[in-house]
Amino acid sequence: MKFETPAGVNPIDQQKVIGQPASRLEGPLKTTGTATYAYEYNRAAPKHAYGYVVGAAIAKGQIRRIDRTKAKAAPGVLAIVTAADVGQLPPGQFYVDRLLAGPAVDHYHQAVAVVVAKTFEQARAAAALLKVTYIATKGAFDLAAAKDAAPLPKPGPYSGPSQTNVGDFKGAFAAAPVKLDATYTTPDQSHAMMEPHATMAHWEGDKLTCWCSLQQLNWGARDLGTILGIPKENIRLISAYIGGGFGGKGTALSDIVLASLAARAAGRPVKVALPRPLIFNNTTHRPATIQRIRLGATADGTITAIGHESWSGNIPGGGTESTTASTKLLYAGANRFTELRLAVLNLAEGNAMRAPGEATGMMALEIAMDELAEKLQMDPVAFRIKNDTQVDPEHPGRPFSSRKLVECLQTGADRFGWSKRVAKPGTVQEGQWLIGVGVAAAIRGAPVMTSAARVRLNRDGIVTVETDMTDIGTGSYTIIGQTAAEMLGVGLDKVVVKLGDSTFPQSPGSGGQWGAASATSGVYAACLKLREAVAKALGLNPEEAQFANGQVLAGNRHYALGEAAKAAELVAEDAMTYGTLARQYAQDTFGAHFVEVGVNRYTHEIRVRRMLAVCHAGRILNPKTARSQVIGAMTMGVGAALMEHLVVDKQVGFFVNHDLAGYEVPVHADIPHQEVVLLEGLDPTMSPMKAKGIGELGLVGVAAAIANAVYNATGVRVRDYPITLDKLLGKVSLI
Amino acid sequence: MQTFTYERVRTPAEAAAAAARTPGAKFLAGGTNLLDLMKLEIETPAHIIDVGKVGLDKIEPTPAGGLRIGALVTNTDLADHRTVRRDYGLLSRALLAGASGQLRNKATTAGNLLQRTRCPYFYDTNQRCNKREPGSGCAAIAGYSRQLGIIGTSDACIATHPSDMAVAMRALDAEVETVKANGTTRTIPLAQFYRLPGQTPHLETTLEKNELITAVLLPPPVGGVHIYQKVRDRSSYAFALVSVGAILQQDGSGRIAVGGVAPRPWRVETAEKLLPAGAKAFTAQLLQGARPTKENAYKLALVENTVAAVLNEGKH
Ligand SMILES: Cc1cc2nc3c(=O)[nH]c(=O)nc-3n(C[C@H](O)[C@H](O)[C@H](O)COP(=O)(O)OP(=O)(O)OC[C@H]3O[C@@H](n4cnc5c(N)ncnc54)[C@H](O)[C@@H]3O)c2cc1C
Ligand code: SF4
Repeated sequence: MKFETPAGVNPIDQQKVIGQPASRLEGPLKTTGTATYAYEYNRAAPKHAYGYVVGAAIAKGQIRRIDRTKAKAAPGVLAIVTAADVGQLPPGQFYVDRLLAGPAVDHYHQAVAVVVAKTFEQARAAAALLKVTYIATKGAFDLAAAKDAAPLPKPGPYSGPSQTNVGDFKGAFAAAPVKLDATYTTPDQSHAMMEPHATMAHWEGDKLTCWCSLQQLNWGARDLGTILGIPKENIRLISAYIGGGFGGKGTALSDIVLASLAARAAGRPVKVALPRPLIFNNTTHRPATIQRIRLGATADGTITAIGHESWSGNIPGGGTESTTASTKLLYAGANRFTELRLAVLNLAEGNAMRAPGEATGMMALEIAMDELAEKLQMDPVAFRIKNDTQVDPEHPGRPFSSRKLVECLQTGADRFGWSKRVAKPGTVQEGQWLIGVGVAAAIRGAPVMTSAARVRLNRDGIVTVETDMTDIGTGSYTIIGQTAAEMLGVGLDKVVVKLGDSTFPQSPGSGGQWGAASATSGVYAACLKLREAVAKALGLNPEEAQFANGQVLAGNRHYALGEAAKAAELVAEDAMTYGTLARQYAQDTFGAHFVEVGVNRYTHEIRVRRMLAVCHAGRILNPKTARSQVIGAMTMGVGAALMEHLVVDKQVGFFVNHDLAGYEVPVHADIPHQEVVLLEGLDPTMSPMKAKGIGELGLVGVAAAIANAVYNATGVRVRDYPITLDKLLGKVSLI
Repeated sequence: MQTFTYERVRTPAEAAAAAARTPGAKFLAGGTNLLDLMKLEIETPAHIIDVGKVGLDKIEPTPAGGLRIGALVTNTDLADHRTVRRDYGLLSRALLAGASGQLRNKATTAGNLLQRTRCPYFYDTNQRCNKREPGSGCAAIAGYSRQLGIIGTSDACIATHPSDMAVAMRALDAEVETVKANGTTRTIPLAQFYRLPGQTPHLETTLEKNELITAVLLPPPVGGVHIYQKVRDRSSYAFALVSVGAILQQDGSGRIAVGGVAPRPWRVETAEKLLPAGAKAFTAQLLQGARPTKENAYKLALVENTVAAVLNEGKH
């Protein structure tokens, strides 16, 4: 089915099941520990062995020699795989890192070998006996030092142009009566998902099955095929449950590649999980940025010039962190300039992490807006509202399909009690705590992509949905089940959802906030086909057939849904594809974040006291799972604002704090009451579901709202994330 | 992890003797630190002597009116003990500020005292570290040192001792009771228990090889207001950037030991005379001779501010 014109009324609009706060279908499995994750398919692949990955000990250079005598002789060892055994592996498409070093080493902890043994302990012990010697060469690890020579890169497939110019930015900025020119930095960050990257690989002849933890199975099969040099048709990937990904499990990484190679070498299934201390430097991360923002406005607060330049680094062939994406769309302003520059750094690969580009860009832009509002002596909410736009500011002929940023800000301000804010920083105090509030806007693109599904109906009226969509903890199972239930007029208890198997019809997987909107639309298309098949089987006119309460009705005839499948199971398969609406309309999601912080007047520890997010993201398919996405994202925003920081050792060339003791993410005690308001509003330009994603929106802007609250509390403007107490010490003047 | 042999002993004397018999042996208590280090091959004992069942898990009053805490008493039980909560509140608070509930259920008194540094370079066997591999150099001094020590450190090592409990023990004038391989026992004041790194940062305590800790002794309670303030980037489950353990008396006198700044709980008794003069004067004396790195110089101000917070709290 092709979606080409805005959607009219359709069965989804009934919202009997869709839009209801259904609990997760797989929740009981997860809370009882019976959901099977990649590393746990012990019964599916009996007699498996264990692979342990050895990471490079240097950041850049060559492997001189690998002496495997001792490792090979160690108890239980079945195989050792290095580049010397399997040759140089080409990179995949989405991640461009080479997943096995040799002879060159491209970054610290790049895999050098996998050692396979009968038990995990034997593999780990033998891995330590592998003697690898290196020839280290000098590398570049310092973004600030590499910045000035960084070129303009070619745009990547998921980032816009590296440079945009509208009007006369330079002239307008020079002429602006009120302006701001400030530089902000964001550090390298790690996804730090709960489940480590893990795979069980099993060969049967030239057919490979991997139980793995991947967000996009289609990319996974494509890239694994390329890397191993086998047709992707020979690969079956199964990712039924995923313990978080955040963009760090988009496609093949070292675990799946090395498990596959190891299983071939050992002649039996092999499982590999990356040890936590290896993950930070071996896999991908969100790259650090340096961002210069220039804003010019007239005295009444009308923005006349917006300039955003940004620098990030990556391994050769890697992409930019496209921080300017939001700046292009968020505020009006006739004269605009954005630029992304990319330095070569010999750290691990920088790539997608939840709201890539937007999260980082808005960490800077939304502080800049706060700073300019103060210069203008305007309320920061009012300043943002004043500069709202209903059209894409770079292409004024292209309207937003639906944009309720102003309502988000106003609703949030009311709910939060923003009017009680004291504009003068450092004024409000409660005991040992200096109190401040902050606001930031949120914007995140709402892409939809081709997605297919198969739906089956059996004689008991049970509807089974199959698609290779994944559920990375987001609620995909549930909203897909709700979609099928709504379309076929049954309760959620009559729907079985099967996901995460690459032999199922292809979806775009979980990423880029496109999963929910795309996958449910594919299910919608398949369900429409099934409705036709049902009507036909029952001898009803498909146009007239109504599906409700487990019945199919037309005129005065009605049948139980299962009747249609009495003779044989009915199966329908279709994909939703898209026309040009996304070009005609700017399709985005919007939000506003309000935060209250306390800063300890002695220690300057910062603690978040209150958070509110107001989001507008089309039809909310399930308010419970949507809220869960948003509060998780807000939590990640607290991490970004206050603690998450992969520290680069610029001499050795690696992320030093590469475990979960050193890389701090928020704990429960850091997270206060979180309120989420989901604004109503369907978007018929998206798909028949009229829905958009929300999983990334909840993160965008949070860190800046916290930064602005810290400023309001203390009068100290920190422009370098994370905002830690050492950056405030000595600067807070106490009343 | 390297292969090791394992035995379980039943008495402290047996433990010490077993250690003397087997070179390269280590005692295993809760295992929350030792096992992690063994998995990373930072510790590679050839033999493990499990002391979990030697009966050192009691907290008893001493004839002098103090408390004798068995070496194997868990952090949870110690923090929860009635007498500790009533008379040594500082100790209870420091324990509860550390690690997590699950870890405290396993962690023991002796193991806590002997836990090793959290310097990130110590944890990565590819990096230079004099503490892990004597003579290899110290990657932290010119590297990432934000969390590390500012005083009592050396050119060879700037690591801190990470224990919260030890800070409280130091302020409480605790003593460590031991038994040596030959069966002789002794007590070591905590003030003399930890060595400063000098050129030998791998030697961390004054314990002899194979010497087993049997108990920690607390002198009779000294009253006062007990405060433990731990400063960190997140609210829980993080090691201290700086921590201050204080016992403050009505007359303005008191004792203060500081964590997160040195290779041992840092206490300077002569500085305590300046407490009535306030945080600034006290801290200046306490941290005299400090040699912070650029990255951790903020700890100087942080100690002063945290001491000020504690003194302020003591007034209320
Ligand atoms: C994630 C995490 C977070 C943590 N956070 C904190 C924190 O915030 N604050 C804090 O203070 N600590 C923290 N810890 C450390 C924790 O307190 C220690 O791991 C624990 O106290 C060690 O006790 P144990 O009994 O498990 O020691 P073990 O690991 O069994 O032993 C540690 C050492 O002591 C030796 N040893 C044990 N008993 C004896 C004995 N009787 N005589 C001689 N030698 C002995 C062992 O040989 C070994 O060398 C944390 C630990 C982890 C893993
Ligand atoms: S500070 Fe000490 S523990 Fe850290 S790297 Fe240097 S020598 Fe090793």
